[in-house]
Amino acid sequence: MYSQGKSKRDSRSNSIDLVLIIQILILLVAVVFALFPVVWIMSAALNPSQSMSSQSVIPPLPETRTVTADGAGTLLNIASPDGTRVERSAGMILLVEIDGEEKELRAPKNGYVQNIRINVGETFAEGDALYDIGSSYLINFDTLFNTERKPFVRWLVNSFVIASITSVLTVMITALSAYSFSRFRFAGRRSLMVFILLVQVFPNLLAMVAIFLMLQQIGLHLPFFGLNTSGGLILVYVGGAMGINIWLMKGFFDSVPRDIDESALVDGCGHWQTYWRLIFPLVRPVLVVVGILSFVGTFNEFVLARVLLRDKDSWTLMVGLWGYISDNFARDWGIFAAGAIIGALPTLVIYLALQDQIVGGLTQGSVKG
Amino acid sequence: MATLALNEKPKRSAFDARTLLRLGVTYIALAILDAMALFLVYAFASDGVWELAITVGVITLIVNVINLRGDLYPLRWISPALALMGLMVVFPIIYTVYVSLTNYGDGNLLTKQQVINRLAQEIYLPEGGKVYLWSLYQEGEGNFALWLTDENDGDNYYFATLGNFEAVDSIDPGADLPEVYQGYRQLSRGEALRASGEAQALVFGAAEAPIGIASRKQAGEFAQRYVFQPENDAVFDHELQSLFHANYETGQFENDEGNTLLTGFISGIGLENYIRFINSPALSGPLVRIFAWTIGFSLASVASTFCVGLLFALLLQNKRIPYRKAFRTLLIVPYAIPGLISVAIWKGMLNPNLGIIPNAFVSLGLEPPPFFIDPGWAKFGILMINLWLGYPYFMLVCSGALASIPSDMYEAAEVDGANWWDKFRSLTLPMLLVAVGPLLIASFTYNFNNFVLIETYDEGGPPMADAGVVPAGHTDILISFAFRLAFGGGRGADFGLASAITIIIFALVAGVTLLQFRVTKGWEETSENV
Repeated sequence: MYSQGKSKRDSRSNSIDLVLIIQILILLVAVVFALFPVVWIMSAALNPSQSMSSQSVIPPLPETRTVTADGAGTLLNIASPDGTRVERSAGMILLVEIDGEEKELRAPKNGYVQNIRINVGETFAEGDALYDIGSSYLINFDTLFNTERKPFVRWLVNSFVIASITSVLTVMITALSAYSFSRFRFAGRRSLMVFILLVQVFPNLLAMVAIFLMLQQIGLHLPFFGLNTSGGLILVYVGGAMGINIWLMKGFFDSVPRDIDESALVDGCGHWQTYWRLIFPLVRPVLVVVGILSFVGTFNEFVLARVLLRDKDSWTLMVGLWGYISDNFARDWGIFAAGAIIGALPTLVIYLALQDQIVGGLTQGSVKG
Repeated sequence: MATLALNEKPKRSAFDARTLLRLGVTYIALAILDAMALFLVYAFASDGVWELAITVGVITLIVNVINLRGDLYPLRWISPALALMGLMVVFPIIYTVYVSLTNYGDGNLLTKQQVINRLAQEIYLPEGGKVYLWSLYQEGEGNFALWLTDENDGDNYYFATLGNFEAVDSIDPGADLPEVYQGYRQLSRGEALRASGEAQALVFGAAEAPIGIASRKQAGEFAQRYVFQPENDAVFDHELQSLFHANYETGQFENDEGNTLLTGFISGIGLENYIRFINSPALSGPLVRIFAWTIGFSLASVASTFCVGLLFALLLQNKRIPYRKAFRTLLIVPYAIPGLISVAIWKGMLNPNLGIIPNAFVSLGLEPPPFFIDPGWAKFGILMINLWLGYPYFMLVCSGALASIPSDMYEAAEVDGANWWDKFRSLTLPMLLVAVGPLLIASFTYNFNNFVLIETYDEGGPPMADAGVVPAGHTDILISFAFRLAFGGGRGADFGLASAITIIIFALVAGVTLLQFRVTKGWEETSENV
């Protein structure tokens, strides 16, 4: 299965070709296994009927249905003019009077109101076509971004803000520590490093109860860092990721030759100047990668965010998506799919772009969080 | 690694502008930090949250010492990280231990001091206190006010709004009430009756002499209901005329008849949570199964992801396979999708009535497996999803490790007449395990706490029928079970018990990690690198 010696390969070419074909077949099956869920969620996101029941791999064409009157009457008001997106049995479309009684006509399915055929004050007979309900391939995204009780845009912004600040702070603070561990020799240095690593064995996922209770108390006095705040969550993330990152970065600083900073120190530069003017620019590419990975990890974190953010407006994107899953999953499947694609995009792009760096990081023992 | 003695203070240069600026920035930053910390310490202390007061105090002190003493210069660089780790990692560990020794949970959410502070705000209408006849006024559709008549004192009139109380001079005692007074309108009898429920909950008048509605006719001056007596360590209830002693075993204020006040306080109960955890049949029954499944799940996950990952890595080693790079990229896609989203996609595909996988079974004329009803199938579903999530990791890791095995070793083996199985068994696998072994253990501990997968799949479901009041499910692992105890459902929070379970999980994980260090001689490596 692994690289064969050249001489053997020539002498057994027939049987090896069969093996090769089997190997390629296995890989093809594997690719189908790997990609089918991805293809499936993309087709769900583009499914114009939004629900799980009517999904196929190739999204069906958007259907237009004509709604007819089930009795003769008069149109009193148009609540949802042409182009309005309506949800099944939720939004009122027309207010009519049938048999002397006011009646609200609601949407028979999700979609957009089109071609309202009568004007306010006009009468219609039973069976007359009143309006059409159509859909589009992008209706899931439209619903996702424009549902007031599920403020997706806000969640997206929260996620980006939290992940950006966390990654910048993490890189800045850990780089300082790593520089010190790499360049200074002081009493207790080794024990401090071991301590930092050991403490990290206790994942802060396990301490979620304690962290929850602590933020609750802090929030009573410093509202900006309590439960339901980005500030509190950022502190938890930055503090929690410190240990591993310091070790990782110390390795990078160690790889920068010491001659560079020694000559600078001899020239009368202080440590701060040496660090900021000389060493920092040298390790910047690595810091950027670490920062991006920290961004992705934070962006995708879900457990602590769910525990600490109780208020809908403070949610991150992942907590919001979890809300879709736990709510009415089959009905909102298409909307969830649209959200999932947007939520997965940053990670997907970054992981595929940074494949090789990540492989390097993996073999140093960091596990995807 | 060359160790250069750079054991130094920064060179004391002359006090030029830049040094002054730097010192200024340092001191200002420290001063702001100290001010905030001092405020927090004071606030926590007055709440009786001593553990946080002490933690914040100690951390701030350490940061100050490090930054003010010249000989601790190298630590200055580390102090932000140390402070954050102290607050967000070290303290939560200690705090978890502490909470596990208390009755912290619903009904006991506040410290004793916080309960006392809160009780001090409770008021009641004492018998024999000052009493008025009341009439309800309202400002438009907004705030209410009370017109008060003091019958015992010559029918003097008073007017009490929310926050203000004044004697009415402009209207003679005993005269008819005005229809409108200071912008407030007198409500009719019917209106007043309808609004009385809302008005009864309000506190009128000035803060030092609050007034409230006592009955249909009478309003009266409130008094503080509960007074804490430090010498008795008890709260006196003036309304019931009864003394409630603090009972530290239950965390309640309790009187002699055994009645308790509504709010309990957090109280140390020793190892009670651990004992409850081990002894209670309702807990330990499910617990044994949850523990067994946690181990089984972690082992099966590691084994399946490693085997499949290794298989793909071996296949991708073959240089004759076309488009190897493309295959690799496509195969790591599952790894590049956030875990929560991946599990949710699978959950949708497995949806009992509408999901594509059950539908595929139906269209083949087969009964679809009950992925969310039958415990066995639920576990199978979880393992299948975890295989999808996890194999790319081992594929990548094994690819790296395989590439580093020198090819001349294979050539030597071939000269000896070894077939591919011999080579795999006695050459590839041992070499690979040296590199990948620690990662297998890390993956085990990762899956041991793979909360996202379990929680997203079915929140631990299907529920165990015989678990009783304990919210346990057949696919629950320890961490998700602890989560459910702490934050779960309608049963109410039991932070104490959840923390006890957390500590037990930590002990297990720490044991495994220690084993890993032992096995991989991690300590030696660590010391070499330092």
